[in-house]
Amino acid sequence: MTRALLPLLGVTVAVLFAASLMIGPAGLAPVQALSALIRGDALAETLVMREIRLPRAILAVLVGAALGLAGAALQGYLRNPLAEPGLIGVSGSAALGAVLALQSGFAALHVLALPGAALLGAVLAVLVILALAGPRGGSITLILAGIAVSALAGALTSLVLNLSPNPFAASEIVFWMMGSLQDRSMTHVWLAVPFIALGAMVLLAQGRKFDALTLGEDAAASMGVHLGRLRLALVLGVASMVGAATAVAGAIGFVGLVVPHILRPLVGAQPSRLLPASALGGAVLVLMADIAVRVILPTRDLKLGVLTAIVGAPLFLHLIYKTRAQGL
Amino acid sequence: MILAEPGQLISISRISHDPNVSVMLEEARRYPINYGQGEEVFRLSPDLVLAGAFTSSYTVGLLRRLGVEVAQLPIANSLDAIPGNIREVGLLLGREVEAEVVVAQFEADLASLRADRDRATRAALHYANNYTSGENSLAHEILTAAGFANIAAEAGLSGGGTLAMERLVMLMPDLVISGQPYPGASRSEEVLRHPAMEVLRDRHAAHALADAEWVCGTPAVLRAIARLVDLHEGGS
Repeated sequence: MTRALLPLLGVTVAVLFAASLMIGPAGLAPVQALSALIRGDALAETLVMREIRLPRAILAVLVGAALGLAGAALQGYLRNPLAEPGLIGVSGSAALGAVLALQSGFAALHVLALPGAALLGAVLAVLVILALAGPRGGSITLILAGIAVSALAGALTSLVLNLSPNPFAASEIVFWMMGSLQDRSMTHVWLAVPFIALGAMVLLAQGRKFDALTLGEDAAASMGVHLGRLRLALVLGVASMVGAATAVAGAIGFVGLVVPHILRPLVGAQPSRLLPASALGGAVLVLMADIAVRVILPTRDLKLGVLTAIVGAPLFLHLIYKTRAQGL
Repeated sequence: MILAEPGQLISISRISHDPNVSVMLEEARRYPINYGQGEEVFRLSPDLVLAGAFTSSYTVGLLRRLGVEVAQLPIANSLDAIPGNIREVGLLLGREVEAEVVVAQFEADLASLRADRDRATRAALHYANNYTSGENSLAHEILTAAGFANIAAEAGLSGGGTLAMERLVMLMPDLVISGQPYPGASRSEEVLRHPAMEVLRDRHAAHALADAEWVCGTPAVLRAIARLVDLHEGGS
């Protein structure tokens, strides 16, 4: 089972990716859709496939992989299954950075300004969380710090959007807090790809160090793991991935919580194997959620975060109950 | 502002100072504005308050209880409703003669613009959040009066509503008329600059913007129609 896990997840991502391309209000027949996507024969169909559905499906994979991997890495470093980018305020702070860049006009100055600002917001949040609930902090500290960071970031995001001269901005508070992939374009894909790829490479390279860390900090240090360097890699990797994902899709919660939780027993609780599995698992979850929002309410922009929270929040409560029983 | 005698109008809505929706910005700047709050309007002690159908019913009720006469005007959803509204304002202001002059001018101008056209060119109205206007809306009538077929009506939309971008693209409009973007950034308006929409826009040499003149049922809609007629004749 464990050996076949990665290929199995990979195949699931491919199948869901194809399904995501086939579903949409335009009602294209699968053959017609494929031919438009690959050969680009009919203008209207090609536009729908290449400019509307393809970026949406690619972004679902990227954003899901980013959130799943970031969640697994945070949990590996903090050795706490409750650490999740959304819950501890990293996504919310990234959203604040993105909103500030957009509303100040900074985002229009340079293509990298928007993901850069989101990354900066995420870095600050990760640093605050690590300072408050670092390796020796318990679950309570982690969650309380997360609540405070999330609440502050959410309030400031709402404030900035309410102050905007744009009459539509205030109604977009929901997007930044819940996330959506509706009507995204290839521009957003190119914006997110480099940051997510870089973050993934940095985090996946730390797998062995996270494995060593499961034995405790002293043991890890005696095995040659430089904790300061690991922390730096974690901060940059997580912030880069979550920042870019949030800048293009808003803050989608619980993906980084649900996915590692389900996959952990399947990889023998080994962080180095949990990281790639969580990236694929995150892509599976976000693709499924993004297909579901289009099937449930095809004409409205139902937010992805609504679905991930409905699945994730009960699991979160279950995890709190379990960690409490363990006396952590 | 078109109908009132000098001195008759003492305060106007803040919206009339907003360049995005006001068609008489220059004239409007000469009048003090109010924010539609009961207290500030009452303090001006007006004999008559003209309110829209969407003005807060609490504010209207409050002013009426305080003994202020409030007249609520319906929203004009068609070109034919405009003369009625002009006449009603004329009656309320005691300027019936001036109102008749404005109505006569409006109807004559409209008739000269509304020539018979083939309606073979299909246009799509595309606003923020993929909002568009179908049948039974002022924007639809502006389009059809200028000789365009409205794609939202083809899709079966009545009144205002949203049309998924995928569906709009599949209908392949010949002309895309986009909503005018507001200052500041918003995700809602990002759809106006979506690459798929850019491709559709590039198919037609001309480019049109739905601005302040489209919003309200005033004689200014004629300017919107006239610009579309120019576009129609220039393009075909």
